[in-house]
Amino acid sequence: MSTKQNIFQTLTRRDWLKSLGGLSLFGAVWSAGASFSTKAKRERNILLQTLNIKASAPPPTATMEGSPLRIGIIGFGGRGEHLVRSLGYATTEWLEEMSRAEKENPADTRLKEFKDQENLNIRLTGVCDVFDVHANKALQSFNGNGNTCKRYRTATEMINSGEVDAVVIATPDHWHAPLSIEAINAGIHVYVEKPMTHSIEETYTLRNAVIENPKVVFALGHQHRQTQSFLTAQDAIAKNVLGHISLVMTATNRNDDNGAWQYDIHPDANTKTIYWELFLGSAPKIPFNAEHFFRWRKWWAYGSGLSGDLMTHDYDRINCILKMGIPKFVTASGGIYTHRDGRNVPDVMQINMEYPDFKTGTSQEIGKEQGMTFVYSATLGNQLDRGTVLMGHDGSMELGNAVTIFADSGSTRYKKMIEEKQIDPYVPIFQYDPSVNGVDAVTSATAKYFANKGLLWTYRDGKRVDSTFLHLREWISCIRNGGKPSCGIQEGFEEAITAHMGGLSYKLGRKIEWDNEVQKIVALPGEDLDAILLENKV
Amino acid sequence: MNAISKLSIGQVNSMVLLRLLIGWHFLYEGVIKVYSTTWTAKGYLLSASFFQPFFQWLASESILPAVDVLNIFILLVVGASLLIGFRTKWACLAGIGLLLLYYLAHPAFPWLPQGPSEGSYWLVNKNLIEAAALLVLALFPTEKRFGIERMFKTKK
Repeated sequence: MSTKQNIFQTLTRRDWLKSLGGLSLFGAVWSAGASFSTKAKRERNILLQTLNIKASAPPPTATMEGSPLRIGIIGFGGRGEHLVRSLGYATTEWLEEMSRAEKENPADTRLKEFKDQENLNIRLTGVCDVFDVHANKALQSFNGNGNTCKRYRTATEMINSGEVDAVVIATPDHWHAPLSIEAINAGIHVYVEKPMTHSIEETYTLRNAVIENPKVVFALGHQHRQTQSFLTAQDAIAKNVLGHISLVMTATNRNDDNGAWQYDIHPDANTKTIYWELFLGSAPKIPFNAEHFFRWRKWWAYGSGLSGDLMTHDYDRINCILKMGIPKFVTASGGIYTHRDGRNVPDVMQINMEYPDFKTGTSQEIGKEQGMTFVYSATLGNQLDRGTVLMGHDGSMELGNAVTIFADSGSTRYKKMIEEKQIDPYVPIFQYDPSVNGVDAVTSATAKYFANKGLLWTYRDGKRVDSTFLHLREWISCIRNGGKPSCGIQEGFEEAITAHMGGLSYKLGRKIEWDNEVQKIVALPGEDLDAILLENKV
Repeated sequence: MNAISKLSIGQVNSMVLLRLLIGWHFLYEGVIKVYSTTWTAKGYLLSASFFQPFFQWLASESILPAVDVLNIFILLVVGASLLIGFRTKWACLAGIGLLLLYYLAHPAFPWLPQGPSEGSYWLVNKNLIEAAALLVLALFPTEKRFGIERMFKTKK
C-alpha cells in the first residue's frame, strides 16, 4: 500500500499524462469501432426485417431404405455417365482419372466428394447405348460389388425386361419423348434429360401418358431447382422485394469447342460399333455419319438448338421462381455466325418471350403495372458472363449460386429509405451466398460458369452438394415415399412448348402465339408446325 | 542504456507517433471484427495465391473457428499494447508474425495474381511495410517514455 502511495506521489502531472494518455486513445478507438459497427448492424437489421426474406429450409431428407430400386440407363454418353455417377456408380476410367488428379493436386476433392455421397440404395441393372464402346464401358465398370448390369440392345427390351423399375434417359433429344412414353405406358418410372420433347405433338402425347399413369413418377432433369439460392429467390419474389417485374434477362455465353457442341469423335466409331438405324429413329434416313452421331446437338434432326438445348435451362430457372408459364408471344432471331461448320442450328440466338398478363406485386397504384418480357440472349462466340437479372420497379435481382438484390434509385417502396441514406442503390440490400466466399480451386472455367448459374453445385448447410445428385434423389424419394418431383410433367410441358415456340419463331421469322384457351400454338392455315420445327436443311 | 536513450526528443516523439498509429490501426481492425457477426478469414485464406496447402488447411472447417478467434485476439492485444504502451516489444513481434501471414497468403509477387487491392505493388506492399515498421518499434521501445510502463520507470 505504502509502495503504491510512493509511486503515485512521485508522479507529476506530465507523468500521469504520458503514462495513461494511451488509455484514452484506446477508449476512443474502441468506442468508435463499436459505435460504427453497432449503427451499421442496426440499420442493416431494420432493412432485413423490412425485406423479411428467408431462405427456405431444404426439404426434409426422406428415407432411402427398403429393397434396392433397379434402374436402367438409356444413353451412356457424357451426360449419362454424370447421372449414373450421381446415382453412386462411377466408371473405372473416371475413378482412375480422379485418383490421379487427387495425387497431383490434393485440393482436388472430386473423388472424395463422390465417395462421401449418400448411398441411394439403387442397383444399376441395365444399360442401353447404341455405341458398343459406351455400353461396354458400363458393363466393365458396373458388374461386381454386388451389382449386375446387363446390356440391352434396344430400350424396348430393357423396358419390358421386368428387370428395371425405373429408367434414366440421357439420349439425343429426338429420343427423349418416344422412350419416356414407352416406359411410362409400361409402368416404369422416368427421369429424362431436358428438353422434354423434340416435337410439339409428342409434348401432348407425353403429358397424356403421365396423366394416364398416375403411379409412375416422371421427372425432368432441371437440377437447378434443388439449388438453395433459388428457394431464397422465390421467397424474395413472394415478399414483393422487387416490385413489379417488367423485364427478365438471361444469357448463354460460350466460346470453346466443347461449349459449341464440337465434341470429340471416338476413333472406334463405325457401322460395326454403332447401331446407326436405331440412333436415327425419327430423324431423316442418311448413311452413317460419325459427326452426326457425336455432335448431334448441331442439327435440328436430333437436337433442339439453343432454344431447346440451353434456353430451357434458363426458362425453367425463371419459371420455378416466377411461375409465369408459357409466354403469349415468342419472337426469335439469330444465325450461324461463329461456327460455320455445316451445322443447321443457330449459334447466336435472341428469344423474346412476352407475358402481357403477368403481374407480380406492386408498390404503386393498382392497375398501373402489368406485363413482362423475358429475354434470352445466347452466343457460342463469346464467354463474357452476363448473368441473370430480374428487373422490377423497386429493385433488381442478380441470380446465380448467390442472390444479390439492389434497390432501384427510382423505387417507390424504398424512396424514403434512399432519401434518408439508409439504402444506397449501389450497395446490395440483400445478399445470399451459400458458399460464404468459397473459392473453388478445382473446377474448370466451364464448371464455374455452370456453378454460378446454379446448375452444378448447390450448398446444403454450407456443404457443397451436386445438384444433379439432389435432383435424382428427389425423384427416387418420390418413387419410394410418394410425393411430386419439383420438375414434373406440367413444368416440362411449359418448358417444351416455350422452347418449340422459340425454334418456330427462328425458323419462320415471325412472332409465334400461344392460345391458352385451347392450349395450342397458333398455326396459320395449312402450316404444319412440327414439320417446320424439325426441318433439317443445312 | 537502451536504444531510445540516444535519440533526440523529436526522434522519440516520432517513434511514439508511429507506435500509436499502428496500434490504432490494429485495434480498430480487431474491434470491427469483434462486432461483426459474419466476419471470417475464410475467403482470404481460400483465395491464397502462395503456400496454398497451408492456408487452405487454416480455412478447413475444424481449424477455421480457432483461426478467426486467434486473428481477432492478436489484433486486439497488439493494438491495445501499442496504444497504452505495455510490453510493446512482444506486441511488435506478434504483429510482425500476423502481418507476414497476411503477406504470404497474397504476396505482391509479379507472377502471382494481385487480387483486389487499392494500389499497385511490386514485391513490397503495405503489409510488408507495416511489418517493417513494427520491427523498428521492437528495437526502439518507447513505452517508458509514453505509456503505462512509464509509471514503473518513475517508481525506480
